[in-house]
Amino acid sequence: MKYIKFFLVGTFFGIILSKSEAISWYRIFEMFKFQSIHMYGIIGSAIIVGIILIQVIKQTKLKNIEGNAVEFIPKKRGKYRNILGGIIFGLGWSLAGACPGPFFVLLGKGVFPILIVIFGAMIGAFSYHATKEKLPH
Amino acid sequence: MEFILQPWAWYVSGPLIALSMFLMFYFGKRLGISSNLETLCTIGGAGKFVDFFKFDWRKNKWNLAFMVGLIFGGFLSSNYLSNTNKVAISEQTKVDLKELGFNNAGETYMPTEIFSKESLNLKTISILLIAGFLVGFGARYAGGCTSGHAIVGLSMLEKPSLIAVIGFFIGGLIMTWFVYPLIFS
Repeated sequence: MKYIKFFLVGTFFGIILSKSEAISWYRIFEMFKFQSIHMYGIIGSAIIVGIILIQVIKQTKLKNIEGNAVEFIPKKRGKYRNILGGIIFGLGWSLAGACPGPFFVLLGKGVFPILIVIFGAMIGAFSYHATKEKLPH
Repeated sequence: MEFILQPWAWYVSGPLIALSMFLMFYFGKRLGISSNLETLCTIGGAGKFVDFFKFDWRKNKWNLAFMVGLIFGGFLSSNYLSNTNKVAISEQTKVDLKELGFNNAGETYMPTEIFSKESLNLKTISILLIAGFLVGFGARYAGGCTSGHAIVGLSMLEKPSLIAVIGFFIGGLIMTWFVYPLIFS
């Protein structure tokens, strides 16, 4: 039962991504061509409101549902991993016209060829961990 | 009901995305979708080949529940919450896409040239597989994707996320401006 809340936030998030057209291949192409404010508006306003909400959590010392302080776990740092991984990700994001969240929302929308993309992404994640000793981080 | 059925404006969608992130923090988790790819690999038996995948996938059940929610959200939105399948992209985008061989751009939610069962052939399957591979490899190398880095990381004002997002755009611009004309025409 304790997982239902995550399922519900996921459902909410999936509906937003779908209704905002952020998971449409066309919108991603349009974004990288700088031909509309649409995607920049979505990402930009999400970040601005996100910054405010995180400040509210910090200033009010909001407790999470378990009664503990909200944890902000930072991402791993590295000289190369963020930029190199980011570029590789960007190439795929643009080619698929979707990133991991949208993959699953599109599957729910009945866009079944996205299963090939999801399979490719699993092989990609697997390959990263199989080769990461040799990669600069 | 009309305002729900039509496509949502960016200034409605963006703040709702931030609200989703807030809810996840409140529920004790940091929103991030691409780590599910690792969990799926582990469930698929990847631990037999690479030690990293020998973790107990049950600890990530919360994120799998979120992922299943995404699928359900897409289903609900597509079947009950939409009155159009068209995407109102700019006129210039339609012109540019026509030059690349995409007809009727914006008339459907996804281009039928790539994302329909009829269009599946060696070329489109290769494109979809390679695109997925790059997303999965890049996301785990960078330590996150659009949700974990661009939305949550930037909201937390984290420098690694800013660098990753700059990388996302460098890669995306190279693909759209220089590689697309080579593979589509």
